[in-house]
Amino acid sequence: MNPNELGTYAKNTWCPGCGNFSIFNAVRAVLAELNYDGTPIDNVVLVSGIGCHAKIVDYLNVNSFYSIHGRTLPVAMGIKLGNPDLNVICFSGDGDCLAEGLDHLIFAAKRNIDLTLILHNNRVYGLTTGQYTPTSPKGFKGKSTPLGTEEFPINPLELMIASGATFIARGYSHGIDLLKRLFREAILHKGFSFVDVLQVCVSYFNMYEVYNKRVYEVKSSDLGNFEEALKLIRSWNYNDSESPIPLGKFYEIEAPQFDRLFPGYEPHSVDTDAMIKDVLDNLI
Amino acid sequence: MNSFSVLIGGIAGDGINEAGVLIGHILSHLGYRIFMYYDYPSLIRGGHNFSIVRASNRSIAAHTDFVDLIIAFNQETVDKHKNRLSAESYIVYDSDKVKIDGLSTKSCDLPVSQIIKKEGALPIMRNTCFIGGFCKLAGISWPFLEDVLKKHIPKQIDLNLRIALKGYESAMNFFNIDKLNQPSLPILTGNQAIGLGLIKAGLKAYVAYPMTPSSGLLEFLARNASKFGLKVVHPENEIAVMLMAHGFSHVGLKAAVGTSGGGFCLMTEGLSLAGMAELPVVIMLGQRTGPSTGAPTYTGQGDLHFALNAGQGEFPRFIVSPGDAEEAYFWSGIALNMAWKYQIPAFILSDKSVCESTYSFCIEEAGDLKEEDPILWDGRGKYGRYKFMDSGISPIAFPPTKGQAIKANSYAHDEYGITTEDPKLISALSDKRILKEKSLSKELENYETVKVYGSAKTALLTWGSNKGVCIEAAEKLGLEVIQLLVLAPFPTNRLTEALQDLDKVVAVECNSTGQVARLAACNGIQIDDKILKYDGRPISLEDLEIRLRGVQV
Repeated sequence: MNPNELGTYAKNTWCPGCGNFSIFNAVRAVLAELNYDGTPIDNVVLVSGIGCHAKIVDYLNVNSFYSIHGRTLPVAMGIKLGNPDLNVICFSGDGDCLAEGLDHLIFAAKRNIDLTLILHNNRVYGLTTGQYTPTSPKGFKGKSTPLGTEEFPINPLELMIASGATFIARGYSHGIDLLKRLFREAILHKGFSFVDVLQVCVSYFNMYEVYNKRVYEVKSSDLGNFEEALKLIRSWNYNDSESPIPLGKFYEIEAPQFDRLFPGYEPHSVDTDAMIKDVLDNLI
Repeated sequence: MNSFSVLIGGIAGDGINEAGVLIGHILSHLGYRIFMYYDYPSLIRGGHNFSIVRASNRSIAAHTDFVDLIIAFNQETVDKHKNRLSAESYIVYDSDKVKIDGLSTKSCDLPVSQIIKKEGALPIMRNTCFIGGFCKLAGISWPFLEDVLKKHIPKQIDLNLRIALKGYESAMNFFNIDKLNQPSLPILTGNQAIGLGLIKAGLKAYVAYPMTPSSGLLEFLARNASKFGLKVVHPENEIAVMLMAHGFSHVGLKAAVGTSGGGFCLMTEGLSLAGMAELPVVIMLGQRTGPSTGAPTYTGQGDLHFALNAGQGEFPRFIVSPGDAEEAYFWSGIALNMAWKYQIPAFILSDKSVCESTYSFCIEEAGDLKEEDPILWDGRGKYGRYKFMDSGISPIAFPPTKGQAIKANSYAHDEYGITTEDPKLISALSDKRILKEKSLSKELENYETVKVYGSAKTALLTWGSNKGVCIEAAEKLGLEVIQLLVLAPFPTNRLTEALQDLDKVVAVECNSTGQVARLAACNGIQIDDKILKYDGRPISLEDLEIRLRGVQV
């Protein structure tokens, strides 16, 4: 399958230079590749929330559910529990799943349900034109905080490792090869995969220059080591302006998946009436 | 004896509900039709709990203030309920805990606590002892009782039988309940009847966060999940509940959710999503006393207009409000069928009284309920999830479908589910939703959306749990009853027909503003008078009779 076949007629409305293009191109390429490698495209369902990130489902000719703000994951969990053979990929923004829908993110990781979540982490609300998000650095001057925020950012990877995610990685919208590698591995990983993508918003928080100077790729040889992964994850806290920013896969372990543990019962009989009668007889 | 009622009172933890249900089973085995009201505060141990079990030779769905017998586990039961006794009533009490000084009622002292102590039994088994005593009082034979207990006591049956027998032997005989010549029916709660109706109509998934009075439905379906092949999920909150149900629905599993007012508040954004993305879902909304936390274990009918209007934007919804177990079964199934046929949210608007009361249930009388298929895509050409059709209903398909991208969307969208801001498409989509509502209204002409009982010049207009009390009071006073089973789309024609030739219509509701009267007025139908109760308790038969005399029917 040629990746171009996965496009739609929808007019692309991301700003020129938007980091979402890299995510889109990487995902499209990976889905086309995987279609050959045993993950048929018909079995893929994309789920998004609301925000610039979410438009991606309009641009991909793949099964999708364009959900509402913050509610990417509960829809995805319903889809996966409804049909565990589907390959469910979630796109979410930092406002989407770290503010409005943080509860669902923690529970998805806690359950280790077999989903992939790609976080379009531009650290600013783009579609609502420039307010701070849970990952904006302290002092961020946005339209709702003209004097600068008085709160520290969340480190989403630290939250994820503490909550039980079994695949944790970080990519950057300058660096499509790494994104492709990470997306492919995250999708193939069995369990909850979380990929933080430093996705630059050129209109409201252009971090290209900062990131370009500070990012570096790590190749961890001990991916199952919680302490090492945590150290790496904590080496940049989304706030300080000096530390190098590691990219790559930080953590991957095998653990029981909720979607496989969750009882998928076949009814005891196809005769529903007889079973209802049985229940009622016990109530006489 | 046509009708008999017994009140069982004690503290939370005494097993008052279980004792009431057991007495219900005993009377049901004698051929009686049962209704049990269960009253309990919001706590786990202590507080005052009571059940009123009422038995009759015909179907009933209401309780009475006056009772024929009180079973008192503690002093508080006597103090709180002695005014329910008449000259012909009886009382049986734990003589180790209760004094009935000054009561002229015929009484039976039962050394329940002593018996439990002697037998080394658990305090909860006091209720088995009382049930033994009750059967002796009521002239029910020991072997009959033994059979019922063996069937319905799950644990430590030998010890329980021993204790029941001691209770039986320690009591005296006051009167005799005759065995009726009619079959014994199962007894169940409204929640259980709702669950069975949903299952019958093809339910495959149930998602809920615990909340009184809906938790019983969650527990019933979770317990029966393996039998019926259900996926039952209890997620992090009601927001996730609704959205998870949408996920199930998107891949073709018929799903329902259950909650009460506060939980439903959290579901409203997902409800509106169901409207826009045309996702079938059933919502069991068990009303209780509001606003906010209100009186969480008590009843109410204050959320009708909330259910009618919840969610931003305009979209069709189907709302049914069953008034007893048979209706709960039938209309819950119809709700699931209609949700899928029209790809809309459908409500089972219930309340604590319907959800948690126990009823005799006759499935044969509930109506012919079948699972109906949604309108499925024929597999030709390119699939569009939101294709414009004359009925407004786009044929449905689910991922994975070979060679097709199935796209659901919360934004305004085109026929293929791609976001649009095109003014023509936005209005066409709105028209599509209105068209679906019209198609649904037309189909509902085949259903008894409004029921009429009796014939008179004055009628009571009722919905939901007040059905039973209205019918009984109306019979006594020579009135007619009109019951609204479907509240949306509003059955204007059916109601108008039912109201012809009437001089006066009185709405009977458990809210403080007369919500169904207001809804009727919105549809051009004026209701003359209202009887409203809003103290969290269902209306008793005596109370309704007094109030009806007050409005001069």
